[in-house]
Amino acid sequence: MSEFAIELRDVVKKFVTPEGNELAAVNHVTMQIKNGEFFSMLGSSGCGKTTTLRMIAGFEWPTEGEVYIEGDAQGHKPPFLRPVNTVFQSYALFQHMTVFQNVAFGLEMEGVPMEDMKKRVGESLEMVRLTGMDRRYPKQLSGGQQQRVALARSLVKRPKVLLLDEPLGALDMKLRKEMQLELKSLQKEVGITFIYVTHDQGEALTMSDRIAVMSLGKVLQIGPVVEIYERPANRFVADFIGESNFLDGKVKSVKEGQAVVYVPDWGQELTGIVTSMVKVGDDVAVSIRPEKIRLSNGSAPNAITLDGTVVDSTYIGSDTHLYLDVRGQRMKVWEQNRISTLDPRAYYQNGQKVHLSLMPENTLVLPKD
Amino acid sequence: MNPHRRSPWIIAATLLTFFFLYAPIVVLIFFSFNASRISPLFTGFITRFGPFQLVNGNVVQSPCGPFHWFCDLSKNTEVLSAGRNTLIVAFTATIVSTIIGTMAALALQRYNFRLRTFSQISLYIPIVIPEIVMGIGILVLFSQLFTVLNSALHLTGDAQLTFGLGTVILAHISFMIPFVALVVQARLQGLDKSFEEAAMDLGANEWTTFRRVTFPMIVPGVLSGALLAFTLSIDDFIITFFTNGPGSTTLPIYVYGLLRRVITPQLNALSTVWILIVLIVVFFIQRVESHQA
Amino acid sequence: MLRRLRENKSAQGTLLIVPTLIFMIGMLIIPLMLTLVVSFGHPDANGGVIYTFSLDNYIRLLGYSTDCPIGVSTCFNSVYLEILWRSLVLGFNTTVLDILLAYPLAYFIARIHPKWRNTFLFLVLVPMWTNFVIRVYAWMMILRQQGVINSLLGWFAGLVHVPFTPLSMLYTPGAVLVGMVYEFLPFMILPIYTSLEKIDNPLYEAAADLGASPFRTFLRVTLPLSMPGMVAGTILVFVPVMGTFIVSDLLGGAQVILVGNLIQRQFLDARDPTFGSAASLVMMAMTIIATYFYTRKFGFSEELVV
Repeated sequence: MSEFAIELRDVVKKFVTPEGNELAAVNHVTMQIKNGEFFSMLGSSGCGKTTTLRMIAGFEWPTEGEVYIEGDAQGHKPPFLRPVNTVFQSYALFQHMTVFQNVAFGLEMEGVPMEDMKKRVGESLEMVRLTGMDRRYPKQLSGGQQQRVALARSLVKRPKVLLLDEPLGALDMKLRKEMQLELKSLQKEVGITFIYVTHDQGEALTMSDRIAVMSLGKVLQIGPVVEIYERPANRFVADFIGESNFLDGKVKSVKEGQAVVYVPDWGQELTGIVTSMVKVGDDVAVSIRPEKIRLSNGSAPNAITLDGTVVDSTYIGSDTHLYLDVRGQRMKVWEQNRISTLDPRAYYQNGQKVHLSLMPENTLVLPKD
Repeated sequence: MNPHRRSPWIIAATLLTFFFLYAPIVVLIFFSFNASRISPLFTGFITRFGPFQLVNGNVVQSPCGPFHWFCDLSKNTEVLSAGRNTLIVAFTATIVSTIIGTMAALALQRYNFRLRTFSQISLYIPIVIPEIVMGIGILVLFSQLFTVLNSALHLTGDAQLTFGLGTVILAHISFMIPFVALVVQARLQGLDKSFEEAAMDLGANEWTTFRRVTFPMIVPGVLSGALLAFTLSIDDFIITFFTNGPGSTTLPIYVYGLLRRVITPQLNALSTVWILIVLIVVFFIQRVESHQA
Repeated sequence: MLRRLRENKSAQGTLLIVPTLIFMIGMLIIPLMLTLVVSFGHPDANGGVIYTFSLDNYIRLLGYSTDCPIGVSTCFNSVYLEILWRSLVLGFNTTVLDILLAYPLAYFIARIHPKWRNTFLFLVLVPMWTNFVIRVYAWMMILRQQGVINSLLGWFAGLVHVPFTPLSMLYTPGAVLVGMVYEFLPFMILPIYTSLEKIDNPLYEAAADLGASPFRTFLRVTLPLSMPGMVAGTILVFVPVMGTFIVSDLLGGAQVILVGNLIQRQFLDARDPTFGSAASLVMMAMTIIATYFYTRKFGFSEELVV
């Protein structure tokens, strides 16, 4: 018994492209996924997240390295011998079978007797709130319903780990948001490990306990959601998750997790928190999230105040998004609309002069890659 | 709105083409009731039922009435045996080629193996070369083969290997396999791999996955391919021409032979019967298809 | 053992393809190679083959023969080249006529309400399902001296009191052309229909919105998009026309000899399988070359899978 549900040790997966070149879709990936957690792999297309998931499921075998499920090396085991189940992006419901037959299929393969099968399928359908649909055929169901059948079909087998490959991609916005919350609570209820693949960072942030951010076959950062957001390991992660203002800088000094950086565009030094190893003289990216910038005059002693001009603003209801020119640099600032008013002066005019307040604890010093 | 659809020119041209397509068929059917025995001129319907009576080359009375030529046809043993041969060849070749062709389609669509390109190309060849090339190729092969084997095994007389139903069936299978493979392959291409992966994910091994998921989903394609193969076999002339022997005459060969010798309204009757059978079969297939959908 | 097979996906694929390979190699590739070998040989007295290596048959095809007027040892006999050329021309003409006839029909079916399309398609296919030879026979009946057309014309001439001599339509190149066009028309209709059917209504609407008249829409939108279908149809018509001998045999008699007839006669009457093999391979080469260049220019597509 291992302490981890899934472990990948230095896994590499190479493909041969149609032109004949070798491409590493997954490039030396190591990760440990804990029992009972909601773990997401996040990245844009081609980053290797789906390939990694498929290697856990058994649809692909690693070129190098090993996949462990509950401590057992999987080697070249086919999918039907692994204690994991997959929810596919296209649902892959068997069109020629009813909902009941679809959900019961996995139990049929296990040789579960009819009585037990009926009971478990009923429970599974209830869990996804599709009771009474068992006689229907997939094409008679809506997208959301099909998605839940796919879920029920996998969960009925009580796998140790459930793998989900962008299952909400085909749903419309509202349904997606509903399903995100439903999946999250389902996972808590059932208590098994969920491994979720998505390119939607909002989705990953909403649902996950921990996230692995991937790009070009490599894992850039793994950690709890808060850590990924507030302490991104490098510029890429900071840019991929949420919004960020970036400034180029050179490290002047490093002490106790903080660094002083000279920003040539402003001709000014800034202090910020260090998340990854940097040393004096390194070229870095200074990252400040838009929601972390105050527009006010009075500020804390160690804050840096700068003048800026409003270039554009967008009112989106709960917030106002401001685009400023600060000493020649474009800065984004998100301000919450705390007061309900129709007074246009509360919502900033183009050309208006404002003061920005930057706090070191909200400033990040990140390696460029 | 598409501006062309209501254009009178298009509709006129369409009607013209349909007329062109069907006129010969109508003529065929019409003349299967011709009273005249020899002349292609239409001399009227046979109206009287009774013992056979011939007047000036016209049949004026017949036990079968207007259906005289159909009755004649049914007594024609050559036609019946040719028909039987045609069906034997078609059924046998269809079953074998459908199985082999489906296997080939699966191999080419789902697997990667060294002979893949070679196999795919060799399956395209029979479709892009004229049938006659394949026909004489097989003729040459078998005739040389038979010569060699007959003398090597000292076979004489009836025991000799020769052209017959066997050679025809083998030849038919060979040119039917590519068509079946093509149709099933097209069907497989449209089939998402994720269904099979889902089945395996849920615990089905390769054979069970094929049996319970893949095959049911490609069955329409397989049946399509089988139907196509069957049609090609029944209708085939050229390849059958070069590979048959005494006793293995099929209907198309028989009709061709007849056409070069003597023309009788029996041929029209045969044509009419053929068309009728085709229509009935097509009607049933239509019913089954719309039932399935 | 089963475990090893499971892991080796490549072996599974190979196993599935073996029966196909047996048939393709045995009944297609080997016969073709054998035909090549035979084409280099000479015929013996019994219609068999003397295996040797000689290009005599090919030289004969090209026109240099030893069968010359007295006093000349070798001369140019263009008869075989004429046959090849005539077949090519017939193939081309048939294809063009078939396109002209098929296009409006295909267009009509592609644009009517979807619920009628299947019905019309079946109507197109029904004649195709009647036997090939029977369809040729039908044209014999129509074109004969005392056939349908002449009878109708004669009857009409009688009505208007005009003297009438029956037209001699059978056993002419025209009859062969009509027969070929008729036989292969459905093979042109279906691919063109398939590619026309793929053109969605929004495309026509967009063209109209941007200011194109119906004619220009046809020229710039419809026609180019139906190209794949026309290419597929051309291949499905041209190749068989090159190889068919029944149509020219029954409708053309001894007057119209095409490559197919030539080959058939070599094997049956003249008992010279070597010359027949050579002719067959030359024809196959011509067909493949023509198809290759044609698809290079116009593209190959899945419309072939009707």
